Amino acid sequence: MDQSRIRNFSIIAHIDHGKSTLADRLLERTGAISERDMKAQLLDDMDLERERGITIKANAVRIDYTSSDGVDYELNIIDTPGHVDFSYEVSRSLEACEGALLLVDASQGVEAQTLANAYMAIEGGLEVVPVVNKIDLPAADPDGVAEELVGIIGGPTDEVVRVSAKSGIGIDELLKTIIETLPPPVGDPEAPLRALVFDSYYDTYRGVVALIRVVDGSVSEGDSIAFMANGVKLTADEIGVRRPAIERTGRLSAGEVGYLITGVKEIDLIRVGDTVTHSPHGASNALAGYDEPKPMVFSGLFPTDGDDFERLREALDKLRLNDSSLVYSAETSRALGFGFRVGFLGLLHMEIVRERLEREYDLDLVATAPSVQYMANLTDGSAVTVQSPQDLPDSALVESIEEPYVKVMIITPAEYIGTVMELVQNKRGEMGEMNYLSTERVELHYLMPLSEIVFDFFDLLKSRSRGYASLDYEPDVYRVSDLVRVDILLNNQSVDAFSTVVHKDKAYTYGRAMVKKLRELIPRQLFDVPIQAAIGSRIISRETVKAKRKDVTAKCYGGDITRKRKLLERQKEGKKRMKMVGSVEVPQEAFVAALRIGDE
Amino acid sequence: MSSTGRSVGPSAPKRAAEPWIRANDPLLADAAREWKSAYVHIPFCARRCPYCDFAIVDESEVGAGGHDRYIDAVIAEIALESNFAPLDAVNFGGGTPSRIQPHQLGRVLGALKSRFGLAPGCEISIEVNPEDWSHAFAAGLVAAGFTRVSIGAQSFDETILGVLGRGHASTLPGEVVASARAAGFASVSVDLIYGHPSETTMSWEETVTTALELHVDHISTYALTVEPGTVLSREVHSGAPRPDDDIQADRYEQFCEASAAAGFDRYEVSNHAKPGYACRYNLATWAHGEYLGFGMGAHDHRWGTRSRNHRRLDRYYSDISEGIQPRLGSETLSTVEQDRDEFMLGLRLAAGVRLSPFARRFLDGDEGSRYLDAGIIRVDAGRLVVNDPMLTDAVARESLSLSAGDR
Ligand SMILES: Nc1nc2c(ncn2[C@@H]2O[C@H](COP(=O)(O)OP(=O)(O)OP(=O)(O)O)[C@@H](O)[C@H]2O)c(=O)[nH]1
Ligand SMILES: C[S@@+](CC[C@H](N)C(=O)[O-])C[C@H]1O[C@@H](n2cnc3c(N)ncnc32)[C@H](O)[C@@H]1O
Ligand SMILES: [Mg+2]
Repeated sequence: MDQSRIRNFSIIAHIDHGKSTLADRLLERTGAISERDMKAQLLDDMDLERERGITIKANAVRIDYTSSDGVDYELNIIDTPGHVDFSYEVSRSLEACEGALLLVDASQGVEAQTLANAYMAIEGGLEVVPVVNKIDLPAADPDGVAEELVGIIGGPTDEVVRVSAKSGIGIDELLKTIIETLPPPVGDPEAPLRALVFDSYYDTYRGVVALIRVVDGSVSEGDSIAFMANGVKLTADEIGVRRPAIERTGRLSAGEVGYLITGVKEIDLIRVGDTVTHSPHGASNALAGYDEPKPMVFSGLFPTDGDDFERLREALDKLRLNDSSLVYSAETSRALGFGFRVGFLGLLHMEIVRERLEREYDLDLVATAPSVQYMANLTDGSAVTVQSPQDLPDSALVESIEEPYVKVMIITPAEYIGTVMELVQNKRGEMGEMNYLSTERVELHYLMPLSEIVFDFFDLLKSRSRGYASLDYEPDVYRVSDLVRVDILLNNQSVDAFSTVVHKDKAYTYGRAMVKKLRELIPRQLFDVPIQAAIGSRIISRETVKAKRKDVTAKCYGGDITRKRKLLERQKEGKKRMKMVGSVEVPQEAFVAALRIGDE
Repeated sequence: MSSTGRSVGPSAPKRAAEPWIRANDPLLADAAREWKSAYVHIPFCARRCPYCDFAIVDESEVGAGGHDRYIDAVIAEIALESNFAPLDAVNFGGGTPSRIQPHQLGRVLGALKSRFGLAPGCEISIEVNPEDWSHAFAAGLVAAGFTRVSIGAQSFDETILGVLGRGHASTLPGEVVASARAAGFASVSVDLIYGHPSETTMSWEETVTTALELHVDHISTYALTVEPGTVLSREVHSGAPRPDDDIQADRYEQFCEASAAAGFDRYEVSNHAKPGYACRYNLATWAHGEYLGFGMGAHDHRWGTRSRNHRRLDRYYSDISEGIQPRLGSETLSTVEQDRDEFMLGLRLAAGVRLSPFARRFLDGDEGSRYLDAGIIRVDAGRLVVNDPMLTDAVARESLSLSAGDR
């Protein structure tokens, strides 16, 4: 297709503002999906996405569109996730596009990820179409929200498109605006091939499927191709587009988006961000590619059954093809055996990865409490990075510890400014700028330790602002803080998987809370189990799980021994999900108890 | 108590048949493995107690001829059974067997006797609700051949009897004991339930003292258990307090001390007897002996097979009328599985369980040594014994994985 009739764009927004629903309407209105096959958030095709009602992974789809004056267009749409943990997906999607639809929920207004994603698109040089969604809602304030949007990206208010992705109002007008205002791609169809791998996934039958955006030249099935970053040479076996079902086209040319299969099953040959070219006669300069995503939190993942270690490795390798942000390295714990230290983009990401590993690869895992990455400056002048509190060198050898700080943006109704400030101060935050988005809504900037954000900060912020405040953050500097490691002893033995680094002022409170939580979570055993929190050799808190006194059924069920045995067997099954730490049976959820301390 | 009898107060107990054998003697447990017994289930009750989940039917639904029809069916079922050995013990349980007239119970006994024979010294036991008792009833039972009676006293505290939904006065079981003695029963037992949330230490102490002062031969003490589907369970789920494990453990200890001082030996988790008065049927069940089961919902165990009868009366009757055994299901166990069952059951006995190859494998394994080291179990005169009966299931549970791995 002639590039002038191609439009490539992403749909970006704060979480839940209706991106996937808008994608549904675009698919439907252009006839890409028959009414019979239509379902809500059609592009959210992973089980987890459907269960949770959120988009986790960006999804690219091609649709054909004939304008009112009879011209055929090819639209490549990427539906992106809105949750802050997945902003890396957004940044990758934007690289494959010339434009973006910036969606705002008319009843919510501009929120933190609206701003963060808008800036990302603007910085990437994309044309941004402002769209107010959900205008059907009784609480909608399309004019006010359009005003806010214009305040961010400029332009006249009457160019803000107003739609209801749910009921279909304004969709035709939106399609018209897309054609008229988004620029077509401008690559050179005659130049040597350059195509960006912006995503990939693993298919059991086809192997690695790369999603590519052709920038210059064209690629056909049978071509000899090369991946420029690692020099791997392969043949293009199959080429096509997703509608969203796979449709083989045999060829993709400049400006187009589609998929490429090489038959490769090795996980490491095709990396997201790499440039595909021909070999020989390839391009000499690769495309810009991507920065590696920076994991925010690290957690240990251990198979409950030690024999599953290799299966866990294979599963992680495969999952990384669907999720290029995943990083991991082998780790050994005295308490939990062999496993992996895995880096995540945030807690939701951590939860999703763990759940996918368990479901899609049939594993049973124990996860340890997440931790940020610290930097320990040692007395001998060297420095080590610490992803796992248990790896923190002995305090006598440590001169100082640095922790990561993040730039935080919070958008809140003005009435909650005081509440938010108090919360931030509690979490060691430092006030930065403050801007009014409108008379009622404020944008607050802070510098905060990442470790204070990743756990319960978001929940606290939401509950204290009655759900109105939203949050975005990005990594900033490392800074020296007064940090200590709190160890937990079970039955007088330190359990490495429970160690945590916390600020000195909070160590005692943390130790108490953690010990109390563990006493609730660890079931009674056949002997007393002391639980202690300690800093170095100093015990700061202690509780005891009292020995179990009664574990027997009183009566004989009138000779029904089968029933009695089955009952015992069921109880035994329940115990299998426990991990033996020394001679203590510890339930899996105890290893992430630190996350649940705030529950009370 | 009906008007046919007035209480005469507890009389001196009759002498035991074998007063030199303590109930927890390993020799007895070994012998019990070989005993053959029969269980007859009588599913009728005047009303269902709030804690009970046994297989019973509402008497109002079966009508006047209901009892007779049932007894006929049980007798028919006995005729369908293949050959077995002469019986060492017979137990009529329920439900409430005392809802049936003695002469009818006697007909069942007669059928058992003519079909299998009764071994010398056969124990013939019956569970009774004190409300059903009368001197005439007692005399009828003795005449029919019953030698042992187990009285559902449950408590001697009016408040507790009330919350347990029992209809009798706290003094009635004492009168029944006296009457049973007078009628000539060789062995008299009472059932007690402890650990209801309304029970206090004082109230339990009083119940225990009263029970011991009755000079019975045998006492069964059951920790109140919340069984799914019962009224009690519904109450607990809608917020009523649940029986507390620690308190029940305290009550149990309290009882064991007091009853030991009064000359009782604990021979099974919930059963205590004076020398010579261990319940044979009980011992045989826990010692992995063979037993036949007759009646609705009854279970039996022979030739390595465990089977169970229909729990619904209409199904039970329709099978009987077609002349087939009224089985709901059965499982046949491999030798290893039988060894495992013997182990699991024998752990409940104070005499412990013999060191079978299965028991040895358990002892040699990680779990076994952990429990030995922790002092939860011990090996004593060639038997494995659980030191704290309140932890029996913890040990039994650990042994289950062993069998799974060896199948
Ligand atoms: N009333 C109304 N509801 C809408 C509209 N558009 C979307 N919704 C609802 O808003 C919720 C979120 O919609 P999604 O399309 O999943 O939002 P999203 O932006 O894709 O969410 P993430 O991918 O998780 O960031 C769903 O319950 C939709 O039905 C609309 O125009 N009107
Ligand atoms: C099958 S019942 C027969 C009792 C007889 N129907 C009566 O009314 O006395 C045998 C004994 O089991 C005990 N029992 C029944 N259900 C129980 C429960 N849920 N918890 C504790 N003991 C129970 C009672 O002590 C009862 O006397
Ligand atoms: Mg979505």
